[in-house]
Amino acid sequence: MSKVLSDLAYLAPWDWSPTVESVCLVMAVLYVRGLLAARREQDMHCGFWRPFSFGLGLLLIYGSLQTYFDYLSQHMFWVHRLQHLALHHLGPFFMVVAAPGPALLRGVPLRWRAGLSRLAQWPGLRTALALLLRVLRNPYLAGALFVGLVYFWLIPSVHFSAMLDINRYRLMNWGMAVDGLLFWWLMLTPRRAQGAAAIAYGPRITVLIVSGFLQLFLGAFIVMYPKELFNVYGICGRVWAISPMVDQQIGGCLTWIPTAMMSLAGVLVVIHHMLRDAAQAEGARGGRVLARGPLPAPLVAGP
Amino acid sequence: MSTPRRWIAALAILALAACSHQPPYALHDISGLLPPLQFQLTDDNGRPVTAQSYRGDIVLLYFGYTNCPDVCPTTLAMLAQALRGLGQQASKVRVLFVSVDPHRDSAALMKRYVGYFGPQFVGLRGPDSELIPLTRRYRVAFHRDAPDQYGNYAVEHSSAVFIFDRRGRVRLLASSSDGAAAVTTDLRRLVASS
Repeated sequence: MSKVLSDLAYLAPWDWSPTVESVCLVMAVLYVRGLLAARREQDMHCGFWRPFSFGLGLLLIYGSLQTYFDYLSQHMFWVHRLQHLALHHLGPFFMVVAAPGPALLRGVPLRWRAGLSRLAQWPGLRTALALLLRVLRNPYLAGALFVGLVYFWLIPSVHFSAMLDINRYRLMNWGMAVDGLLFWWLMLTPRRAQGAAAIAYGPRITVLIVSGFLQLFLGAFIVMYPKELFNVYGICGRVWAISPMVDQQIGGCLTWIPTAMMSLAGVLVVIHHMLRDAAQAEGARGGRVLARGPLPAPLVAGP
Repeated sequence: MSTPRRWIAALAILALAACSHQPPYALHDISGLLPPLQFQLTDDNGRPVTAQSYRGDIVLLYFGYTNCPDVCPTTLAMLAQALRGLGQQASKVRVLFVSVDPHRDSAALMKRYVGYFGPQFVGLRGPDSELIPLTRRYRVAFHRDAPDQYGNYAVEHSSAVFIFDRRGRVRLLASSSDGAAAVTTDLRRLVASS
């Protein structure tokens, strides 16, 4: 029993953050409320895999920030790379691919929804949002930000200070999660669900491939660099005895292979949207359906 | 929310550094990256002490344990050599050696151990409830390996020496690879400036 309890202690947050806790909790509650409402009124079918994917993504982000895993990430380079893989790639990817927007919106209590839509009508906010969207919807800027953040925090002196100063460390991890959600939302959401901010599919594929290659280069560079790049782990102590070079090489591999794979997975999702949109357009025109066989199933069902 | 202010402060420091012709420190300058010195432990005479007990001295904070086979004796010997290089000014410096193995490191053992290195060295110990807040504050890790059949075990720990000025603000970071000469040079500047 005490063994179980002491194992459970690993699930307790190392660096307890009320902000992370409440943001994750609010998202989970809204989503579950939305799903339940949809089931009650039987007007929105989410199936099993979409909620599963959203929950998995949210759990990955929460778990990598608010458990003992965060302690390991602060003291082992390769665990730190794994943490960023979860925060920047896997977590946001799985959340976005589940198209959680309609369910989340549905989970907002009716009273708040009225308030929210009044807030959205406020001209100042509308202009600010439109302006922000105009900047953010540039796929090349989104890609540059996505890859730029990875490079920036891996500049050895910047990395050194982030691993000492807890505020910079938090800023780094928040930035990774928020930018991850933004990037994958811009890349993976079907055009019709993006409204005014819709990005064409061609540029998305370009951005995904180029950003994949840029991360691949960085990972390969770290793996093959013959000297220790990030001495802060040695100075502040590692959790297990592992040679600094092995730590660096495993971390480099994690920067290299899974990230490039996620870019490819992203390309596949975009191609899926392209085929689906093309088939739908054909259907709407009443013309001959080009693709033989059934329509591709909706990866992301619209509201 | 202090991050923007911190950036402004960092820029201001950079601007000032560009004006004055102060050469950079030989050791890592980590001013402002870590919180001021604060702890609650027991010294090698068995007296409870806090960071306040050492205000007014330049403080070197180092984590280790007396059974440490290599890093601790090397680093402490390097620091002892650096302090000898300071001459008279060494009396304004305290080296706080905090045990990450308080179970085996009794106060008496700590006192004898640090005595080998010099009068400025103080051994500090405390239960994990006092030790872990301190290691967490300075973002260092330690890990006790499982004991062998004779009850011996090693402890993984940091190699960092955190250097605080007389007001308890963090200033520099040294490690055993920096060498005594660099530590002496920088400590002399810190003693003179504060």
